[in-house]
Amino acid sequence: MRRLSWFNTTSLTLGFAFLYLPMIILVIYSFNASKLVTVWAGFSTKWYGTLFQNEAFLDAAWVTIRVAVMASTLATILGTIAAYVLVRSGRFWGRTLFSGMIYAPLVMPEVITGLSLLLLFIGIGLDRGILTIVLAHTTFAMCYVSVVVSSRLVSFDQSLEEAAQDLGCTRLESFFFVTLPIILPAVLSGWLLAFTLSLDDLVIASFASGPSSTTLPIKIFSAVRLGVSPEINALSTIMIAIVTIGVIVASISTKRAAVRQQREEKMAERSAE
Amino acid sequence: MRRYFLISIPYLWLVGLFLVPFAIVIKISLSDTVLSIPPYAPTLDFSNGWAGIVKFFDGLDFETFEFLASDDLYWKAYLSSLKIAFIATAMTLAVGYPVAYGMTRAAPEWRPTLMMLVILPFWTSFLIRVYAWMGILGQEGLINQLLLWLGFISEPLTILNTPTAVYIGIVYTYLPFMILPIYSALEKLDDTLLEAAEDLGCSRLGAFWLVTWPLSRNGIIAGSFLVFIPTLGEFVIPSLLGGSQTLMIGKVLWEEFFSNRDWPVASAVAVILLLILIIPIVLFQRNEQKQREAEG
Amino acid sequence: MAQVAVPKSVFAPWDDPSKAPLIQFKNVTKRFGDFVAIDNLTIDIYEREFFALLGPSGCGKTTMMRMLAGFERPTEGQILLGGQDIDATPPNLRSVNMMFQSYALFPHLSVWENIAFGLRRQKLPKDQIDERVNEMLRLTRLSKFARRKPHQISGGQRQRVALARSLARAPKLLLLDEPLGALDKKLRQETQFELMDIQEKTATTFVIVTHDQEEAMTVASRVAVMGEGLMAQVDTPERIYEAPNSVYVADFIGDVNIIEGRATQTGDQVNITWAEGQPDIIGNSPKTTFGNGDKIHFAIRPEKVSISAEQPTDTPNAFQGTILDIAYLGNISTYYVKMPSGQTIKAQTANTRRLSRRSFTWEDKVWVSFTTTAGVCLKD
Repeated sequence: MRRLSWFNTTSLTLGFAFLYLPMIILVIYSFNASKLVTVWAGFSTKWYGTLFQNEAFLDAAWVTIRVAVMASTLATILGTIAAYVLVRSGRFWGRTLFSGMIYAPLVMPEVITGLSLLLLFIGIGLDRGILTIVLAHTTFAMCYVSVVVSSRLVSFDQSLEEAAQDLGCTRLESFFFVTLPIILPAVLSGWLLAFTLSLDDLVIASFASGPSSTTLPIKIFSAVRLGVSPEINALSTIMIAIVTIGVIVASISTKRAAVRQQREEKMAERSAE
Repeated sequence: MRRYFLISIPYLWLVGLFLVPFAIVIKISLSDTVLSIPPYAPTLDFSNGWAGIVKFFDGLDFETFEFLASDDLYWKAYLSSLKIAFIATAMTLAVGYPVAYGMTRAAPEWRPTLMMLVILPFWTSFLIRVYAWMGILGQEGLINQLLLWLGFISEPLTILNTPTAVYIGIVYTYLPFMILPIYSALEKLDDTLLEAAEDLGCSRLGAFWLVTWPLSRNGIIAGSFLVFIPTLGEFVIPSLLGGSQTLMIGKVLWEEFFSNRDWPVASAVAVILLLILIIPIVLFQRNEQKQREAEG
Repeated sequence: MAQVAVPKSVFAPWDDPSKAPLIQFKNVTKRFGDFVAIDNLTIDIYEREFFALLGPSGCGKTTMMRMLAGFERPTEGQILLGGQDIDATPPNLRSVNMMFQSYALFPHLSVWENIAFGLRRQKLPKDQIDERVNEMLRLTRLSKFARRKPHQISGGQRQRVALARSLARAPKLLLLDEPLGALDKKLRQETQFELMDIQEKTATTFVIVTHDQEEAMTVASRVAVMGEGLMAQVDTPERIYEAPNSVYVADFIGDVNIIEGRATQTGDQVNITWAEGQPDIIGNSPKTTFGNGDKIHFAIRPEKVSISAEQPTDTPNAFQGTILDIAYLGNISTYYVKMPSGQTIKAQTANTRRLSRRSFTWEDKVWVSFTTTAGVCLKD
């Protein structure tokens, strides 16, 4: 029997207000006609217009998206293999080192990761550009993918893999025909996580990028260092809108699928002969 | 045998792109700054054979570390970062715990929505969320406008470019990382334990303090580490909200590297930061392991 | 469902010297670290048997099954299938299939696809696969549910899908891991006879693992009672029940009275001194010889113990005691009779008369009796 005391209601309201007001304010200001961002001068969408004409921003956005797609796909493959190995293989030589390397980037400050990767690239003479950013992003994103996928694998019923082998699959076949289709939602959400992290990353990209490969976060950062800017407000609003729609759609569809699954199970039990 | 082939792919990747870079950082922290490309010496030159390798190791020294120890800036920055990280973590806990607690007390139909509301900021760009505060805390920002308009103050407050802004920024951006582990720990709590406590004579507050709080400890620890460790080396927030007043080691590292072009010093700063972080990282991993084992 | 009487007495390949066994375990030991799961086991299983591995948790029966399937390998010894050592053969290449305890149905595939899964791995032509799947669906009466997914059918139906899937490849050997555990009692009894039916029809060798002795006794042609990695006794259900070879087996199957005492044997007859002030039990031991004064366990089933108010005169084994407790189970009543020397003997009779007309009640002095051949004399 749960009761929502006034204390709880207040903390929830204040907490969520704190989380959301700054973003809402940002969205409102993006429609501010005035160039002085914080002085309201009427409703206008002109900053969205100037944003879409800003070549530098559009180029950076394109670079960012390409990098994110490549890095997240690569990170998903590597991270899934790593998760499978960690969850299914018992002891193997160097296991502690491996799991240490997988989990460390999750809490490592980005400046350290970024610095170390840049020094590596210089050391082996690799020119900084899109490739180096992809390599850098893949490295830290695969750790997040590995966490997501391994938490799914831990609760995966191993007897399904054994059944597949019993019916004629090699171990590799049983992974592709049985395990992967079933853990696919986790793999996809790992991909999405890696994609978001790559899209959003500033520090590591700053270290790993070259003069011709500026990413959007780098562009945004250099712009806002000088102060608030209406174009950035517009850009922020677009990004917030995309994420919001995505999260809402995802929540609704998972909820619907869960409800439908439950209903089907109930119907099956009732109609048992 | 095929199993080892599979393991080796991510393994080698991580060794090459995670472990080796660290070795390089250590090596460069032991090198000297020179005006050349790359801006450090000595460089490992295999063409000179064994003599070259010996000369290489000869050229390494702890000079940079001595420099770090002698110059005020660095150890002040470390201390300042530690202080800020501790205080910010505590503040995030103070804000995050009631929210997580409130979520568990809400009706079950509401929980998925509340969960979604917590996760949404997490998926939104970190940079943008920090940027949002610039418009709110500035001299002509929203808060100053509001307070001036309400007549509470006669002159705009300086909030931006002070440590206060940094605290606000850290709490704001890391709040979901604190709420989620605490929420999941509280969720697992059995309500009947609280009823038993009250049955045995506790007040509502007493039951919370003696039963709920200790049992949510795992969530608190996890959340605190998830905030403390990255905050220690945080760069974006002190850079955008902290100004020159706020000294944090992440910013120092960045400036040493990009502005001063002093790679050995930047590397040395990184090495020491890592050494400081080893203890909390190991503790965090141990705690996670213990939790995973407890859950069976 | 009508009960089908299977003439088991005709089928006994283990007694036939001309029959070669399908499965042979030769001195198989399996260790997990220090723990010995299977201890130097040797057993032959013949074609078309319905062989039950019966025992408590941890006795090694599941390990045996997993070794046959290929998911575990013996530490020592050999396992032969059709005369061939299968140690090096991985599970996907053995002509052995397994029905898992949790059914392990692939949730992302329909019933049809689940059954077809093994056939697809054999790369059979499409029409052959279609024909075989439909045959399996008919055999398990699931044709109506072919398009459904596992979560859209009931527990009993899922069990049949698991069975159909495991039979699709017509394996030489089918392993069933506690297949009826998740079903309620009535469904379980019906399914037991279905299983026996299907086994006969498809002429497959079944090896079933169960901890439910009723199930083993009902379906199996032979039962292997296991304990601590060893096979205590391997025999037909009747012989296991009527002629257990040890206290462990006697106690494991059904209800039994075990009376300890000292033996004195002359010929086949054994005199057992079991209690002070009580006459000896007269027992029969044609196969085992007991030295004078040896420790002996006399095992007798409660339904073989008669209970009467007057001292019976037709058997020397008659002892007087007091009724301690009565367990009424509808069709039978079990009387717990306490002897003056302290032991409790269970006597079981059918309730041929209604409750109100019962002859005995608590605290009554009664005589328990049994014939000299009703019990089994066991060393341990």
